[in-house]
Amino acid sequence: MRIELVKRPQHSRLFSALSPFIAFALTLAAGAVLFALLGKNPATTLYYYFIDPLMEVWSLHELAIKAAPLILIAVGLSVCFLSNNWNIGAEGQFIVGGIVGSMLPVLFPDLRAWFVLPLMLLMGMAGGAAYAAIPAVLKVRFNTNEILTSLMLVYVAQLFLDWLVRGPWRNPAGMNFPGTVRFHEYAVLPEILPASGRAHWGFVFALVAAVVVWFVLARTLKGFEVKVLGQSPRAGRFAGFSAGRVVMFAFLVSGALAGLAGISEVSGAVRHLNEKLSVGYGFAAIIVAFLGRLNPLGIVAAGLVLALTYLGGEAAQISVGLSDKVVRAFQGLILFFVLACDTLIHYRIRIARPKAAVAGEADHA
Amino acid sequence: MRKTLLALAASAAVLIPGAALAQDKTKACFIYVGPIGDFGYSYQHHQGLLEAQEHFGDKLETAYLESVPEGADTERALERLARSGCDIIFATSFGFMDGTNAVAGRFPDIKFEHATGYKREHPNVSTYNSKFHEGRYVQGVIAAKMSKAGVAGYIASFPIPEVVMGINAFVLGAQSVNPDFKVKVVWANTWFDAGKEADAAKALIDQGVDIITQHTDSTAPLQVAAERGIKGFGQATDMIKFGPETQLTAIVDDWGPYYIERIQKVMDGTWEQSDIWGGMKEGHVVMAPYTNMPDDVKALAEETEAKIKSGEFNPYTGPINKQDGTPWLAEGEVAEDSVLLGLNFYVQGVDDQLPQ
Amino acid sequence: MLESILITIATAATPLLIAAMGELVVERSGVLNLGVEGMMIMGAVTGFAVAQTTGSPWLGVFAAIVVGAAFSLLFAFLTLTLVTNQVATGLALTLLGLGLSGMIGEAFIGAPGVKLGTLYIPYLTDLPYVGRLVFGQDPIFYLSILLTAGVAWFLFSTRAGLTLRAVGGNHGSAHALGINVVAIRYLAVMFGGACAGLAGGFLALVYVPQWVEGMSAGRGWIALALVVFASWRPWRVLAGAYLFGAVSIGQLHAQALGWPIPSQLLSSLPYLATIVVLVLISRNRRLTMVNTPACLGQRFVPDR
Repeated sequence: MRIELVKRPQHSRLFSALSPFIAFALTLAAGAVLFALLGKNPATTLYYYFIDPLMEVWSLHELAIKAAPLILIAVGLSVCFLSNNWNIGAEGQFIVGGIVGSMLPVLFPDLRAWFVLPLMLLMGMAGGAAYAAIPAVLKVRFNTNEILTSLMLVYVAQLFLDWLVRGPWRNPAGMNFPGTVRFHEYAVLPEILPASGRAHWGFVFALVAAVVVWFVLARTLKGFEVKVLGQSPRAGRFAGFSAGRVVMFAFLVSGALAGLAGISEVSGAVRHLNEKLSVGYGFAAIIVAFLGRLNPLGIVAAGLVLALTYLGGEAAQISVGLSDKVVRAFQGLILFFVLACDTLIHYRIRIARPKAAVAGEADHA
Repeated sequence: MRKTLLALAASAAVLIPGAALAQDKTKACFIYVGPIGDFGYSYQHHQGLLEAQEHFGDKLETAYLESVPEGADTERALERLARSGCDIIFATSFGFMDGTNAVAGRFPDIKFEHATGYKREHPNVSTYNSKFHEGRYVQGVIAAKMSKAGVAGYIASFPIPEVVMGINAFVLGAQSVNPDFKVKVVWANTWFDAGKEADAAKALIDQGVDIITQHTDSTAPLQVAAERGIKGFGQATDMIKFGPETQLTAIVDDWGPYYIERIQKVMDGTWEQSDIWGGMKEGHVVMAPYTNMPDDVKALAEETEAKIKSGEFNPYTGPINKQDGTPWLAEGEVAEDSVLLGLNFYVQGVDDQLPQ
Repeated sequence: MLESILITIATAATPLLIAAMGELVVERSGVLNLGVEGMMIMGAVTGFAVAQTTGSPWLGVFAAIVVGAAFSLLFAFLTLTLVTNQVATGLALTLLGLGLSGMIGEAFIGAPGVKLGTLYIPYLTDLPYVGRLVFGQDPIFYLSILLTAGVAWFLFSTRAGLTLRAVGGNHGSAHALGINVVAIRYLAVMFGGACAGLAGGFLALVYVPQWVEGMSAGRGWIALALVVFASWRPWRVLAGAYLFGAVSIGQLHAQALGWPIPSQLLSSLPYLATIVVLVLISRNRRLTMVNTPACLGQRFVPDR
């Protein structure tokens, strides 16, 4: 008895659509088992995890706040991953975007005009893109593995931010605690519906970015280049696509979006720059990208689902006493199941019996 | 202190029956920046919660959220607690400051208490802190007595006023015994990273220190000290288990008395905005039993502690010079609280450059 | 003092060395397992838990190895049988490992650990200057050196090692020759998992005898970088691990000496150094191509 994989001639469309749901269902099942093992009622815990956060408007706003950076970053990552560029350093680009975007309100606090915020956002994108260019250039020119370089740069970015907010950018009126001055109202990303909650325009950016990138990937030549070079570098070369250009493109787009997420988080949710900016969105976004099957529209849904696990974890903590460590294990599980279910898209599973295997060509189609 | 509170509680229960009936159970909620199992800072806050729970029994309901990130997530966590029926919420870390004030503005009927912060933007926000540096002074005294090399190693976390206050107080305490005492500082840039703290301790010991103290939360430095056969101090909790022959004492953050007091005020309806900076006198700072030292050192330590506790002596009393030699406090002059809370310079005797 | 510093460096380098050695074997077989961090921390938590409950650090070490290998099976099943994307699966393993270890470790936070004793040979360990460094360290340190030698011998002087390298160099041809590519990779992945688990056990039983959530602190990623840095050659991994350890410890000493360099800059030196070295190594394309296992990270589905 052996599990055998037979490659499908074409990706199964049925499973392309179904696999995230199957994965999610499997995760719920595994989660229920996990909760039961931990001595909590599986049904109530699952309720607090996934349903309760959706029940109140303020909570929906919080969902949007949490999902926005995840979606933004993941959309950028989808471009990278589709072209076989493994940008693991999105967290670092997120931080650098936040830093560069904050330059205006921190270094020129008296500059107050309508154009400050848009400029901050653009600078954030530029900063993130520039930081992402480092692993890209190293890959193109020196053939250096981008997984490791982008990851090392995350640590560097975190330490740089720490130094910045404790040293040169520290708020002189802040009792010598780390953190910059609070941003003036022209530098704050406003809320979308202030009356009902805190969700800021970052969420709108996320949705817009998803649609734009989806369009680029699905309908433009550049998108085609990206996907072809990701699946088959040789085919891409024959078609005349420049691998180096696509690497730069993918990283710059990804870095820009991560940077936008960074400055949105800084100017929308926190309203000043402090050393706590990095919470791991860059890594959680990797899960979101895969959960959304590297499709920007799917990523929107995936981002909301993952944001839900964060919020649900808190709700479960208070109501059921579930430890917050479960959240991360849960997220790892989701990714596992997503990847496992993805196999169904590319391959058909057969249980091969030894006798049949010997029988020859007729069995294999 | 506790007896008074109990008496108050008893009389309140008798004198204000109406209020007691209407306010069936008071709910006190806490958010922690780390896991309650960190055996350090957040653990001690949680011990305070447990003390309060035990003290009030059925009259108190509690809830808590641990490992709440100090950024955008803070407001959400606080809002969630606020909406779940809390009467008083304790935000136990500095980084919760902005979130606490923002949420307090939206829930004027709930009381908010922020630890180690300085912003009180609404009447329902109080701040509270502990004078940990008083304990550091005592530690410095002990260190200078116990050290043969005259140098101590200090594993610090981040250059914030609280930490700088601690280093300075330690040095001052040591200098009261040995004016030439030196302190070497290593910045771990983390509150909690056992591996890094262990390495820092080793590096300091390799450079000749023979006393280790720390302002980071893990037990690693003490364990390294135990391995190398030198003495050390625990941090935030009594770490004697990790160094039975190594720990001289530890500063224990005892938040219980403060929590009980504030919750009682909420129950009585007498809660008012306040900014409390309590030390040994108020029972906020407690020293772990003095161990592993000769009796005369123990006596000196107890004497010093008693003087601080009674208010007779303030560790930050002049004459004190700054690190570069310029005078800071004149003879007999006591440092102002506001200066201490924003302290960003060293006193003479610290072998380190403060990141500016 | 120098001896003491060298011992500290050895302690810092050992987990990196062991984990990197395991991953070297895995990558030589053509598989890229980014889950080293996850396997390491699972090893750490199990090693600690078992040592705590049984009182025997050796049982803890054993448990760490077993759990590391078992955890890697999850990765192997997904990437070798279900042929999922290796990069993503490795990341998933890391995330799952970090989360699971946190859950398991919750009961053990704050408990003083059981430490593995150090070696003591009556005359040799007392030698001045080199006594403790060479003859007085913990057993896992000696194991790490033996491991390096063992892997080097296995890969380049045995037939089995040649087969493994062949699988990593050209799995199609190896398969055509009748070699069971998938089985060999399974074994390699499990070996890698066992090593990562051992490295984690070392952290929790020797380095800092206690359990702290997330205590691997990125060492798994450094180990991955070390493999590339060493061009997939065992003795170079040893050099790289010790170099990295030296930079990490050196920056703490610089601080303790009072050098006026921002501590954040010093803390970032190991990571910057890794990037610089990676660039230098990969610049020489020929060198890289000669040493990189040609099929690294590529999917393989056996056709009959």
